[in-house]
Amino acid sequence: MLLDEPLIFERGSPGRTGWRPPPAAEEPVEELPEALRREDGLAGFPEVSELEVLRHFLRLSQWNYSAATTFYPLGSCTMKYNPVVNEDVARLPGFAHLHPLVPEALAQGALELLAALEEALAAISGLDAVCLQPAAGAQGELLGMQIIRAHHLAQGDPRRRVLIPASAHGTNPASAALCGYEVVEVPVSGRGLLEAATVAALVDESVAALMVTNPNTLGLFEEEIEAVAAAVHARGGLVYMDGANMNALMGVAKPGDMGVDVMQFNLHKTFSTPHGGGGPGAGPVAVRATLAEYLPVPRLVRRDGRLVWSEDAPRSVGRIRSFYGNFGILVRAFAYIARLGGPGLEEVTRLAVLNANYLRARLAGAYHLAYETPSLHECVFSDRWLQEHGVHTLDVAKRLLDYGFYAPTIYFPLVVKGALMIEPTETETKETLDEFAAALCAIADEARTDPALVRGAPHRTRLARLDETRAARHPVLRWRPAAR
Amino acid sequence: MSGYTPHTPADVAAMLAAIGVNSIDALFAQVPARLRARARIALPPGLTEPELRRRMAALAARNAAQGQPVAFLGAGAYPHVVPALVDQILLRSEFATAYTPYQPEVSQGTLQAMFEFQTFVAMLLGLDVANASMYDGASAAAEAVLMARRLLPGRRVVWIARALHPHYRATVATYVRSLGDVELREIPIAADGRSDLAAVAGRIGADALCVVLGYPNVFGVIDDVAGAAACARAAGALTITVTTEPLALALLRSPGALGADIAVAEGQSFGLPVSYGGPGVGLFATAERHVRSMPGRIVGETVDAHGRRGYVLTLATREQHIRRERATSNICTNQGLCALAVTVYLSLLGRTGLRELALANYRTAHAVAARLEAAGVARRWSAPFFNEFVIRAPEAAARWEAIAAESGVIPGFPLGRWYPELADTLLVCATEVHEPAHIDRLVGALAGAAPRVRAAER
Amino acid sequence: MEIPEDLRYTTEHEWLRIEGSEGVIGITDFAQEALGDVVFVELPAVGTPLARGQAFGVVESNKSVSDLYAPLAGRVVAVNAVLRDQPELVNRDPYGAGWMIRIALAAGESPTALLDAAAYRAHVEAERAK
Repeated sequence: MLLDEPLIFERGSPGRTGWRPPPAAEEPVEELPEALRREDGLAGFPEVSELEVLRHFLRLSQWNYSAATTFYPLGSCTMKYNPVVNEDVARLPGFAHLHPLVPEALAQGALELLAALEEALAAISGLDAVCLQPAAGAQGELLGMQIIRAHHLAQGDPRRRVLIPASAHGTNPASAALCGYEVVEVPVSGRGLLEAATVAALVDESVAALMVTNPNTLGLFEEEIEAVAAAVHARGGLVYMDGANMNALMGVAKPGDMGVDVMQFNLHKTFSTPHGGGGPGAGPVAVRATLAEYLPVPRLVRRDGRLVWSEDAPRSVGRIRSFYGNFGILVRAFAYIARLGGPGLEEVTRLAVLNANYLRARLAGAYHLAYETPSLHECVFSDRWLQEHGVHTLDVAKRLLDYGFYAPTIYFPLVVKGALMIEPTETETKETLDEFAAALCAIADEARTDPALVRGAPHRTRLARLDETRAARHPVLRWRPAAR
Repeated sequence: MSGYTPHTPADVAAMLAAIGVNSIDALFAQVPARLRARARIALPPGLTEPELRRRMAALAARNAAQGQPVAFLGAGAYPHVVPALVDQILLRSEFATAYTPYQPEVSQGTLQAMFEFQTFVAMLLGLDVANASMYDGASAAAEAVLMARRLLPGRRVVWIARALHPHYRATVATYVRSLGDVELREIPIAADGRSDLAAVAGRIGADALCVVLGYPNVFGVIDDVAGAAACARAAGALTITVTTEPLALALLRSPGALGADIAVAEGQSFGLPVSYGGPGVGLFATAERHVRSMPGRIVGETVDAHGRRGYVLTLATREQHIRRERATSNICTNQGLCALAVTVYLSLLGRTGLRELALANYRTAHAVAARLEAAGVARRWSAPFFNEFVIRAPEAAARWEAIAAESGVIPGFPLGRWYPELADTLLVCATEVHEPAHIDRLVGALAGAAPRVRAAER
Repeated sequence: MEIPEDLRYTTEHEWLRIEGSEGVIGITDFAQEALGDVVFVELPAVGTPLARGQAFGVVESNKSVSDLYAPLAGRVVAVNAVLRDQPELVNRDPYGAGWMIRIALAAGESPTALLDAAAYRAHVEAERAK
């Protein structure tokens, strides 16, 4: 039973509180000057009991689908199982209550963990130096572009343009633009792939970098990646790889071997840290040795047998955040990597690709497959066969919610009209995949026999389709206390 | 192998048969052989769950934890009590493993909690609207400057206080450096520990984009935000405040009431442990009229097809996945679970608890300052402060690491590492976690002759 | 789909109505349908000079955003302020109440360079076939 629950501000009673601090010193202290004091007595803040707070948020939690409760076939998101033991170890007081400014001698455990994580990501990527600071994949990507920019500036030739495939994730051009680059779109072939000849024709000395995802957002391995990278390098450009799809590469191909110079990882994807309803994640960056001098400060270095933070990096791009990174998330990723080990990570990729190809085979008769090219850990279908019944990708996504599944990624990548991108990950059972395939096939049937049912979905969720237009036209972005 | 993958040999065989291949290897046929040949991952084999626990415990044991030694450290990360309830909610898988709420019908838990978060942030900062959080306070400050640049195109000078936390200043500098059309200029530190606006007011002119101040500043001192805002407004520039310890805002006048156009803060104090500096959560609020230039995720209220109230991500066309190269930012996440922690914490404490906690911090820190004063260790400045202050302690600053090792207390942070002109000082933070016995130890370590001091106080 | 005969059109789906030495500009029925529910329109300040083909604003729907391009060169003399609170007018009445800007045409600018209704119809049909 899904109970209703108002905003926390709509609950409570004046004077009530859920938590009081321990009583403080009784000695008289200087008062704050009047002009500096809070003007509103925190009017509007809730006044509720501890039980009211618990009940409120527990009820809210019941309204969510989540990867733990529901299969999330979201392409490009890698919604794998988030091991609960990682929650335990991240909460060890020696990690959780460690202040970032204690003398390094008192943080050697944390620093060893970070150094080991840097080494592990270097080993997985085949690159040389790693920075764990970025708080998210997008921030890692921005850092990657800043490193590229710093490199070209140091060469005396800033260069203005960045090549980006049409299938790329939206953060790619946004990050490039934030660095002041002009974006040039690279078309993909009829097979959905980058072609070295196309790239070579577009590359000149004004191109700072090519941003690539491999496998690409269609789930296809860029077969010509080495030649593509060579074409970019030949004109002095660098290759940036978006590592969002690392789940398909571990033990299969290393970005460093492909000719990639800089890449970011998404720890909340391949490395199992929880999505949290939208964060926190972490987006570490790995670079080739020649670019290591541009990595952000502080750098973790070994000095006299101890690990310390060093600001001694004259060519660094600078700081990108306070302190050292999303440490709590780095602890979880480290625990995952340590638990699985090299062989375990390689198995992850093999089974992720097996699961995706199994789903692709089960669905190929029911939905239009966007590209015949063999795919790895995700596959892209479209709504082409449903359109004659007036049913679109969005409707399929909403109807899946009625079947107890989260929707796949929809309308991305943009190169496929009405895209449905499916990535099951390696932690799902064959039975779950069978049930999901059955649901999608049932929806395809419903599209033919009862399209209105699909177009009106979802029917079994707590709320029906929400009016997003109204939210954008007349934004109401907060609760307000009643006018006094 | 690890237990996280469920495949049995029978599963694998059935799946390969359905796909129509003989082996999993065949699924990688597109990958060039020379890449495959070099792809083995050179990491040690995996661990069992008990082995993992032991390994992690061993690493954790080599770090200073709560109380050993006791740390009077703030400077951008603040030790506070995290009520038991907060973690219980964060451990609910329905919140922790939910995806970004792009399918709102099945994400109302996350969305309503974020709407409540936005409300808390707007109220606390005294402004109209807030977003659903940014990575941390430092990147929020940088994004605020980028937003100012979008609002006032053509203006190029950012006046930024030297007394703003150096990590934040450095982060802003990194973000603007890659844009190339914005210049940072420093507002110096005045003799009283506040930002010296008088020194630069004459030069804040028609090319000024914004004025950025810490509130309180890195020294714990409370800057004259109203004065700065008046100065900025006269020049047609925007005022941005940055708060590393938002608990202060339960007692202090809100940035909005002082004239800030954009206010940002680090939310870690509200329900998140210090966790070696991350994850944190950036709070970001602004005036209604600027909402379409505000970066980050935003949740809005709406109705469903049956007229029932619900919440959705909105104003999404500012964001990267639609605007691509014309996005307001490249951010495509908020700090979801951290923002939830803040929401639960502020709900739990509420109006009364938050104010009482702020008072407790204020009183504790001022009592510590008074005891140090009585023991001959004076404050560097006499300006008003919240729960952090700066003391003159040349010997302690010089022997900081040794004192931490010897006397079981970390007596604040040696500011000389960030401000060479303050090499003889320590930045001391005292909160509700610091007990009388801890304070005794601090006074003892700094004054040298603790027993004599305490006898004198009686 | 409506394509009034008395208007001129661009390949970017803007329309232009000549009124003496001024031109009124908006987006076509085809454009508003492709965009979906319009949620926000960003328009330039009065007095802004525009070159032919220069982006003068942005129209946003829930899922997409499009630049608006000036069909001819001129200077903005009026903007439809009502769209700020009622962006839905662009969907409901794209050629009437959903107008966006009025410009004073620059010297020598002539609408003959633009598509007439028939040519625009052909252009739209070609786009649809893609």
